[in-house]
Amino acid sequence: MIHDQANYEREGEDVREPLLSEKGQETVDVREDSPLPDDLTREELTLPNPSEPETARHYTRLSQMNWAIDAGPYPLGSCTMKYNPKFTEDVAADPNAAIHPDRSARSAQGNLELQYRLQEVLAEIGGMDAVTLQPPAGAAGELTGILVAKAYHEHHGNDRSEVVIPASAHGTNFATAATAGYDVVELPSGEDGRVDLEALEAAVGDDTAALMLTNPNTVGLFERDITEIAEVVHDAGGLLYYDGANLNALLGRGRPGDMGFDVMHYNVHKTFATPHGGGGPGAGPVGVVDELAPFLPTPRVREAAEGSGYERFEPAHTIGKVHGFAGNWLVSIKAYAYVARLGDEGLADAAAKAVLNANYLAERIDLDVPFGPFHHEFAATAGDRDAADVAKRMLDFGVHPPTTKWPEMVPEAMLTEPTEIEGQSSLDDLAEAFNLAYADTDEALDAAPNRTAAGRIDQVGAARNPRLSWQALDGE
Amino acid sequence: MSRANGTPYAPHTDDETAAMLAAIGVDDEEALFDIPEAVAFDGEFGIEPRTEREIRDECARIFGRNDDLTEFLGRGHYGHYVPSVVDHLADRAEFLTSYTQYQPEVSQGFLQALFEYQSMLVELTGLDVANCSMYDAATALGEAATLADRVRSTAGDTVLVPEQLREGKRAVLENYCAGADLTVETYPMADGTADVDALADRAGEDVVMLYAESPTVRGCIEERLAAIGDLADETDALFALGSDVVALSVLESPAAVGADVVVGEAGSLGLPTAYGMGLGIFACSDEFLRQVPGRLVGASEDADGARAYTLTLQTREQHIRKERATSNICTNQAWVALRAAIHAATLGPDGLVDLANDSVREAAALAERIDDLSGAAAPVHDRHHFREFAVRVDQPAEAIAADLEGEGFAVHAIDDHLLQVCVTDLNAGETDGLVAAFEEVL
Repeated sequence: MIHDQANYEREGEDVREPLLSEKGQETVDVREDSPLPDDLTREELTLPNPSEPETARHYTRLSQMNWAIDAGPYPLGSCTMKYNPKFTEDVAADPNAAIHPDRSARSAQGNLELQYRLQEVLAEIGGMDAVTLQPPAGAAGELTGILVAKAYHEHHGNDRSEVVIPASAHGTNFATAATAGYDVVELPSGEDGRVDLEALEAAVGDDTAALMLTNPNTVGLFERDITEIAEVVHDAGGLLYYDGANLNALLGRGRPGDMGFDVMHYNVHKTFATPHGGGGPGAGPVGVVDELAPFLPTPRVREAAEGSGYERFEPAHTIGKVHGFAGNWLVSIKAYAYVARLGDEGLADAAAKAVLNANYLAERIDLDVPFGPFHHEFAATAGDRDAADVAKRMLDFGVHPPTTKWPEMVPEAMLTEPTEIEGQSSLDDLAEAFNLAYADTDEALDAAPNRTAAGRIDQVGAARNPRLSWQALDGE
Repeated sequence: MSRANGTPYAPHTDDETAAMLAAIGVDDEEALFDIPEAVAFDGEFGIEPRTEREIRDECARIFGRNDDLTEFLGRGHYGHYVPSVVDHLADRAEFLTSYTQYQPEVSQGFLQALFEYQSMLVELTGLDVANCSMYDAATALGEAATLADRVRSTAGDTVLVPEQLREGKRAVLENYCAGADLTVETYPMADGTADVDALADRAGEDVVMLYAESPTVRGCIEERLAAIGDLADETDALFALGSDVVALSVLESPAAVGADVVVGEAGSLGLPTAYGMGLGIFACSDEFLRQVPGRLVGASEDADGARAYTLTLQTREQHIRKERATSNICTNQAWVALRAAIHAATLGPDGLVDLANDSVREAAALAERIDDLSGAAAPVHDRHHFREFAVRVDQPAEAIAADLEGEGFAVHAIDDHLLQVCVTDLNAGETDGLVAAFEEVL
């Protein structure tokens, strides 16, 4: 297993793909043929001008220097990189779906119907009463959910100032609470890796707007005390927020709504296999219980009276909008197609196989896994090795490594989530890569990776001397 | 080799599943779940699994219920022709099915593509730094306001925006501002662009960010950007300029008019009309480098001293800085940025400038033809227009828009007697039909 992607050598020298700007730029005199007066226009514009064949080669070459789920295992913990079924691309490419968001409801019945259907299945899967598709990513879903909680409290005359978040939570939770104007109360993890009820009771009070919780949590453990947790938060008048990042583990076996959660977001690229596209677009639909539905973003979609199709409406106490239009529409379509393909049985089996795979892989690796029983992901510890170095060495063995050094409650953590899409032999390969890297010499780890398109990259230098454009590289 | 899996996307044969369960030491998968009975779900969603073909038919049927209209719609979401090469290259699985570039050594391709996208935005804005995307123009504007709050020490907390602003954009901005204890207020417009005299009266020490757009929501090209920039400067407010990636290729460089931040929409390249899905531009001067929201790709060196790319300045971001991060954004629109970059590369600077010039010419030509009709006047504003313009109609605008829809055309009704019409290369060939339909319904 070697993957020195597109690392062509010629006479012993690396031949990397040049920047588009290095292949040739053209400067255009903007004013020469402009219908606008000179004082409204720029003088000139300088950009690359490759021919189409050159463009095709440039991006094809770049693609060859990029790991992807279609290339091999991508077991980043908490990222849920699963296979993206190809047919969903074709469904989303339907030109009839490519309409403008300002269409009248009467002339956009198809899009409204698909939005309505997706809202309904997501509500069912999460055990929620109402769903909005507007948030364009998971973190945007978090912000939507927390703004909904805030509006709910304000509507009831409660001025609450804090959001409680376990120390092991995703960084977005903390940043979201701050963006919404809340103070963050960080909850230390209990000794067993779960929420400590006593610590929770001490942290929660009259100022608590919400507790944000991931379940299973970020080391894969189910919060067994969830009923008690919900009671503590609700008794204090707070709301319970479900971070949907790990929903893939629960499909068909547990629903946030049944556990006492009041508001949640879904990460569709994680749970519903929409492609992550190297950093987005995602989609972060938000589900809520009935009491919170009037605060959801506007517009929502519902069935119109007497079989006359679907209509948009503004919730009574809406928080307004969280995206300029209807969110990442093409992503919503792909999520709908995926859910339809799997159905009840497929969704439940996705969770079963994801949990099976994580447990099997953990069994096969030589690293310790301090916390269990875990579900779809586990946090192994690299012990006295540097987890980041072990990860770099894994690259040399033809796999993508797990998430490293997070969560912090596991020293030198390697948070691993193979998802349901790896089979036994693939997991065996992954385990071998883990074990070879973990057992390797310090020198080998320091020197890694050396079978990749680039060698170890100087991160400190990149941040100390930021060069963020080809203009900044001029002369280099 | 039988596979009795519920999901078609798990490769396990029955034998493998059995072997894996045996290796773990449990009888079945259920034994691996640690969910207390009280909260376990044993019901059904009622979702019937369908085949690929059934789902394609089902969705085609559903989308077929959208009326077949020729759209002359814009106001922040624009469709231009997207060359086939964009789809074919961006759809390569190595791009489409990759994750955020946490291991740069195996992500050089996407990192370089995003670095190139950032560079194109640096050229188009004249500013030093562009991030590799926000969700859309509206959320980018919201992020600009929170940046202003962090970097400006003016006495107040007012974000000043034009009174004519897309409602959805304003609503998103309000949500970002609320958390930062900022208040959104408006300044008046005069004939489709900023009323600079009124703005001068309103500007003051309470203003932390002054926002202007060019083109405006009504398609007008702002003529006094430099004066607006001066007003912002005089009161130490951040000057944020909203624009569009195509318009930026010909309009005055934002840096030249004193913009501190540029936000706006870049999805007008690379994306088809997509029900509002976008690509948010965020560019700013070096001064705010450590306060930029979102992801940045930087150049560095690898162990062999060769140039290599990596995500950088990550201590600004939520996964490191948590509640002290510059933004909560994580997943963004990276693949859309890739598409926009490929589209821009395909056009080249002359193609991009031609597209922009056509956007001015086509709008002017169509406005003139509508103006010739009795019962309509266009453009309403005595300004240069980009892609779109307002039309005054004698009859109620809603009724005219509904009648036009009956004739197969979609336009915006924006006020009692105001319509708005947007023309791009996609519908420029249908303007005869639109003019004929106007004649019919006016």
